[in-house]
Amino acid sequence: MSENFFKVIRAGINTTFQDLGRNNLNHIGIPISGVMDKRNYIISNKILHNVPSHPIIEFAYQGPRLVYHGDPLNISVSGDVKFKIFKNKNEIEGKCYETITLEDHDEIDLISTNKSVYGYLAIGADLNIDYQWKSCSINTKANIGSNNGKKIQDNQKIQVSKIKELSRRRLDHINSKIENIRVIKGTNFHYFSKESQAKFFKKEYSVTKLTDRMGMRLEGERLDNIINTNIKSEGLVKGVIQIPADGNPIIMLADHGTIGGYPKIATVISADFDKLSQLTPGSKIKFKEVNLKDAETIFKLYEMETNNIISKIL
Amino acid sequence: MIKNISNLGDAAVYCDFGNEVNKEINSKVINYFQNLKDCEFEGITNLTPSYNKLIVSFDLSITNFEKTKKIIENLEIKKNHSISKKKIQIPVCCEDEYALDLKKLERKLNKPTDEILDTFFSKEYFCYMTGFIAGMPFLGDIDKNLHAKRLETPRVKVPKGSIGLTEQFCNIYTFESPGGWNIIGNTPLNVFDSLNEDNPNLINPGDTVSFIKINKEKYKNYNE
Repeated sequence: MSENFFKVIRAGINTTFQDLGRNNLNHIGIPISGVMDKRNYIISNKILHNVPSHPIIEFAYQGPRLVYHGDPLNISVSGDVKFKIFKNKNEIEGKCYETITLEDHDEIDLISTNKSVYGYLAIGADLNIDYQWKSCSINTKANIGSNNGKKIQDNQKIQVSKIKELSRRRLDHINSKIENIRVIKGTNFHYFSKESQAKFFKKEYSVTKLTDRMGMRLEGERLDNIINTNIKSEGLVKGVIQIPADGNPIIMLADHGTIGGYPKIATVISADFDKLSQLTPGSKIKFKEVNLKDAETIFKLYEMETNNIISKIL
Repeated sequence: MIKNISNLGDAAVYCDFGNEVNKEINSKVINYFQNLKDCEFEGITNLTPSYNKLIVSFDLSITNFEKTKKIIENLEIKKNHSISKKKIQIPVCCEDEYALDLKKLERKLNKPTDEILDTFFSKEYFCYMTGFIAGMPFLGDIDKNLHAKRLETPRVKVPKGSIGLTEQFCNIYTFESPGGWNIIGNTPLNVFDSLNEDNPNLINPGDTVSFIKINKEKYKNYNE
């Protein structure tokens, strides 16, 4: 049988293999990792009839350009992504959220994400990549996961096998934008002056360029700590907002350090992670307080909405 | 045992064992962690023990805060859980090219290098926790005379193997990472092995670590 593979012509800025990540390793310093925008990951795989934990190619801002060699295979792209398909000498404008069949020598150029950060390329076949602790998710800081824990590189091959049936499926979907980031007060909320506590919920904060899969750094009106700018180092979870001595918030994302020593002012609710991770540098955000019960209800609604979107795939 | 249980966001339970950092409180944290880990409760996705806190993360689509809190409150704690108690020796070279902050530390502590190193190498250290980056051990307690604050501006890249000090603790950078601890030397020993999935950490909470001074020649020829 012939070999089926993609050759990477241009890797893009931050292109990795991801899935739902790896659990139960925080105690040895390994974060969960996994896709940044879970809903788009699930949709893209569902369009291809892939299982919910199927590996995907995640890219940020500029994605890869790939040439495919082998038997016909389906792919789908999700997010808000501008991309092109090249078949022989024909250039075709790519559409997200539908199956695209690639044949031998076809190319796909994932040019850019529009007003968002992450895009996804799902493949209707098995990816021949390594797993570490039951996950392929690449953590480039610790060099853990498939591809020796490194970003996808120019000129490398991505081998695939067990190509799925070439069904045609599509979905009408527009990504909703975030208005507020909803948070629950943190364990060190009282470390901040009354004035700063009020500021945190009233003022706008902007996303800075120092934002990656580990964390999102924000800039805005300084938040004054009146107790101590350090705490005894303790565990972190995704969504925790730490305030270091300079008074600017840092939000923990998928590849965050497992332990940290800055006070926790608040934690982003789980239902807002997907939209949060899509905020580009320069975006303005406002924090809105919700209580635990509300957050749980909002999460149920988020799950229902995801299922509702999936049910509309034709 | 746990002084206070609260929520950290909507998908984690924050167990507070107190504010001090000492072996007694930390052993309670580790014991709770081990007992919870053994039970493998459905929906619990991570346990993150630290000096005096334990964070229990869960999958919000499977369980929730109240249910997880009840599990923790009703947990039967077996007292003599087999906590790791290995003794581990770590070779360290403290010559100039590895001891990035030793000169600065001389000024900060107002002590000559020899005295700093003699004090440091004369003690055994207890592993309170591992984390921040994969496999990094947080060890203590270092002698009172060596307590120093973090660097004012943290390094963007601390070399792999670096031995750092701050306040009452020392640690080992298991791979290149940003960091603000005062670097006094470097070990050629691999402290974290991601290819060993069952046991990637050389040092685990409860273990005791002693450091052995080696020269540059020995460092360069070090074979694992």
